[in-house]
This record gives sequence, C-alpha cells and structure tokens, in this order.
Amino acid sequence: MTSAVLDLPLPRESLSRRLSDALFKYRGLLLTLLLVPPLLWLGIVYVGSLIALLLQSFFSIDEFSGTIVREFTLKTYAELLHPANLDVILRTVVMAAAVTAASAILAFPIAYYAARYARGQMKAAFYLAIMMPLWSSYLVKVYAWKLLLAKEGAVAWAADQIGATPAIDSILSAPLIGGPSLSVSYFGQFLVFIYLWLPFMILPIQAALERVPGSLIEASADLGAAPNQTFRTVILPLALPGVVAGSIFTFSLTLGDYILPQIIGPSTLLLGQAVYMLQGTAGNIPLAAAFAVVPISVMALYLLIAKRMGAFDAF
Amino acid sequence: MRSKASLGLKIGTGLGLLFLHAPLAFVILYAFTTEERSYQFPPPGLTLKWFGVAWSRPDVWNALTLSFQVAAVATILALVLGTLAAGALARTRFFGREAISLLIILPIALPGIVTGIALRSAFSLMDIPFSFWTIVVGHATFCVVVVHNNAVARLRRMSPSIVEASYDLGADSIQTFRYVILPNLGTALLAGAMLAFALSFDEVIVTTFTAGQQSTLPIWMLNELVRPRQRPVTNVVAVIVIILTFLPILAAYYLTREEGPASDRP
Repeated sequence: MTSAVLDLPLPRESLSRRLSDALFKYRGLLLTLLLVPPLLWLGIVYVGSLIALLLQSFFSIDEFSGTIVREFTLKTYAELLHPANLDVILRTVVMAAAVTAASAILAFPIAYYAARYARGQMKAAFYLAIMMPLWSSYLVKVYAWKLLLAKEGAVAWAADQIGATPAIDSILSAPLIGGPSLSVSYFGQFLVFIYLWLPFMILPIQAALERVPGSLIEASADLGAAPNQTFRTVILPLALPGVVAGSIFTFSLTLGDYILPQIIGPSTLLLGQAVYMLQGTAGNIPLAAAFAVVPISVMALYLLIAKRMGAFDAF
Repeated sequence: MRSKASLGLKIGTGLGLLFLHAPLAFVILYAFTTEERSYQFPPPGLTLKWFGVAWSRPDVWNALTLSFQVAAVATILALVLGTLAAGALARTRFFGREAISLLIILPIALPGIVTGIALRSAFSLMDIPFSFWTIVVGHATFCVVVVHNNAVARLRRMSPSIVEASYDLGADSIQTFRYVILPNLGTALLAGAMLAFALSFDEVIVTTFTAGQQSTLPIWMLNELVRPRQRPVTNVVAVIVIILTFLPILAAYYLTREEGPASDRP
C-alpha cells in the first residue's frame, strides 16, 4: 500500500523551485549571494581606491621633470613637515575644533527642547526642521551666505539698521579672525561652517537626551539639586556621548571641505584646498595623497577616542 | 509631571532654528531681484524675468539633464547593492559583520575629498578616462549607505513570523520574496531611493574629482560661485535646486514616518 504511493513519479521540480529550496536549506549560500555584489563593489571600487591613494603617497615627484617617480619613499611625508604645509594642517585642525565647539553649544538647546518638551505634532515639526536644512543642497547653502555676508548684503544692512555696525567692524579689525569684509574673513567662514554642520550635531545629542528618563531629572531635583546642578551633574554627562558622536561629523566635514573656503574666507588655504590644488593644477598627486592621509589618520584617532567614550551608542 | 521649558531655553532654541532656516529664504528672495551686478539688500525691485532667462539657457538645461541621468543610474545601482547588503546584515550574525557595516558607512563617514581623490588616483593609475560612468561610480558608492539604512530599519521592524508563515503555506523563497518581503519593504526602498537621488543630485565634492569636462548642476553652480557670469540666473537655479531636493526628502519622510530617524545622513 505504502509502496504504491512511493512509486508515484514525483512532480518534476522546476529550476526556480530547486534554487529556492537550496537557498532555504543552505543559509550560508543565501548570505553569500546577498553579500557578494555589494562587497565586490565597495571592496574593489572603494577600498581599492583608498589603497591606490595610500600607494601614491609613498611615491614622490621628480623635481626637475615634474613626473611621478613610482618608487617607495617617505620623502613626500617629510614634505608635510615643511612649515608652510604644517601651517595649513594646523590652521585646518584649529578651525575644525572651533567649529565643533561652537556647534555643540548652539545645538544643545535645540536638541534639549526637541528631546524633552516637544511632543506629537511638535516633535514631527522639530524633526523636519532639523532634517530639511541637513539635506538641502550644500552649494545653495553656501551661496545663501555669500549673499548674506556680501558688503552690500543683508547682514551688513541689518547691522546698520540696529546700529551694530561698530560691533562687526571690531570683529573685522581683530587680528587673525578679521579681514576686509565678513565674506573674506575667518570669522565669516567659521559662521558658515557652523551653519552647514549644525544639524549633524543636533541629531545625535537629541538621540542621547531622548534616552535620559525624566524620572532621573526629577530624582535629582528631589534630592535637592538646583536646576543648574542637575544640568551639570546629570544631564551633561549623559548627553556627552551624543556630543562626541556629533563632533565626529562636524570635525570630519570641516577637515575635508574645500568648496566653502574657496567661496567664503581669506585666500590662505585650508587642508582640502591644498589637496585639490596639488592634485589639479600642481599635478603633485603624491603630496596631495599624503595630505589626504592626514584627515584619515586624524579621524581614525578621533574615532578611537570616541569609541572609548561610548559615542557609537548614541546613533 | 513635566515642568515647562525655561525662557532661556526657548530663546536659544528659537534663535538656533532661525539661524538654520533664514538663509535659504534669502536665496528665494534674491531670485526675484531686479539688481544684476551686486547682492544689494533690500532688493531695489522684484521681477519674474530671470526665470525666463534661465529657462532659455542651454548650459543650465545640459547640466540639469546630466545631473538627472547620473542621479537616476546611481540610485538604481545603490538600490540593488544597498538592498542586498541590508538583506544580509539585518538579522543574521556572522564573523566580519561589523567590518562590512563599517565598509558601507565609510564612503560617507570619511571626508568627501578623501573619497574623491582616492577614486581619482585609482582612475588615473588604471588609465580610465573621465566620463559619465566615472561620475556614476563615485555617486553610487556613497549612495549605498542611505538605501541600506532605510532597508535595514524596515527589515528589523518586520516580524520574522510572516516569512515563516509564507513558507508554511507552501511558498518558496522566491515567491516569499516577491509576495511577502518586497511589498513590506517597498516604501522603505522608495524612501531610500529618494534620499539617494537627492544626495547624488546635490553632490559636488566627489564629482569635482571624477567629472572631467562634464558639468552636473552642482558643478555648474560651483563655477558660477567662483567666477560669476550672470548672477540672477544663478539665483534662479539655486531656487530650482532647493525645490528639487526638498520634494524627494519630504516624500522620503512621509514614507518612513513610523520608523523615526532611519534616514539620517551620517
């Protein structure tokens, strides 16, 4: 009886059925099939390019012919230590640090309000209010500030209306940060950098603050802490991983930017501009590559410290 | 009980938000100014004529078309690669998983200039001439992460039991993917695609390294910013760019609303 059933010819399995059975049975096969295309792409296109970049930084340029000598040397890295090049690196790192600190201060109230007081519709509005500027066109944002900071532009007009022109003039006449007008001063550049990266700082701080339970703050008050004591000893330490996470973006983005400094700020170079000019007009790809290794290593170090401080839990 | 926000906090928040939003309003205002030579504020008069002038400029149309084509192809590539990666990384744990996640995020976490010069030096080492495709390769690389992030968020929210139910009811893997997983994933992929499109459409840093002689809309704008030719036309193009990036982002937000910030651009 049973043999009769077993003798029935099995329905011919279609190829797709057999394939999908195999995918179900061998999970590893499915995983491999899923992973191979993205890994091939990122591995070859991206990691391959990074390795190519690293290789080039160990080449050097022949001073007489201007051609690239494809032999291993550390000469190009030694060139980075030339005072003019060190100056570029130092100036960029100081700018990145200043932008990061100022962004954190400006971002905190917005993040705090969004995390603790905004609810329902208001919360959604806050989310959009932070996301929209983050995603709007980078160049349009830079352009907006070119309009605003121009000598005849809106900022100068507004300052004139409220009698703040002397304040702006005193910033412009200050050494280092000043200049002939806001759009060609470090101060103007600094303002625009903050404007560009502020949303990147708000989001992780807000995420960190969302996780602070309200009862913790009430407990602190119940135990007799004044509001600013609660802020310093409870809220700030818990928000710190968010600040560090945000600072990864503000720092990294400032280090690598070379478009904004071309349009707003003084004519002295920042790191990104140096890389761009070296590989373009100067044709010195090895030195450009060595320069590009600087932000990579600064960021690697930064990420290492950030990881120790628990910043990655704040995303 | 929640106490009310203090006045200082409200002022700080309000000023911060004003700082984030006011500048773009000025760009829109300037598109209508009658002043041609400078950025005079307040504008001496308002006019609509620059929209017509910009409309009849072939260089603007060429740049716009190229940007659309690049963004479309880069988005399709990112959609395929990002979805595959999300399928592999969303639920399974295996050796090297963290490294692969890092690899996906890296193109956007490292400064754009590093990605740009790395691609350029690779192209020059391999003697690949710059073309439409070199731009697409760069864009697709950093767009994978946004599709991946959206798809992973949705896959993690999806109950694994609906997939099991599909198998129990006799569907094979391909049918399950076609009739169960894909409809659930649909809006997340659409949102990811919108964001990838917006990201590619707006990208300038990597593009300057991989574009050669071609000019996408952001490259066109950059040239106008560094060496202005006709400022009012630039103003109009800036407004068009604001609208073209605003719409897909808003759409992406409404498509993935319940998931919270899955669409963060890191």
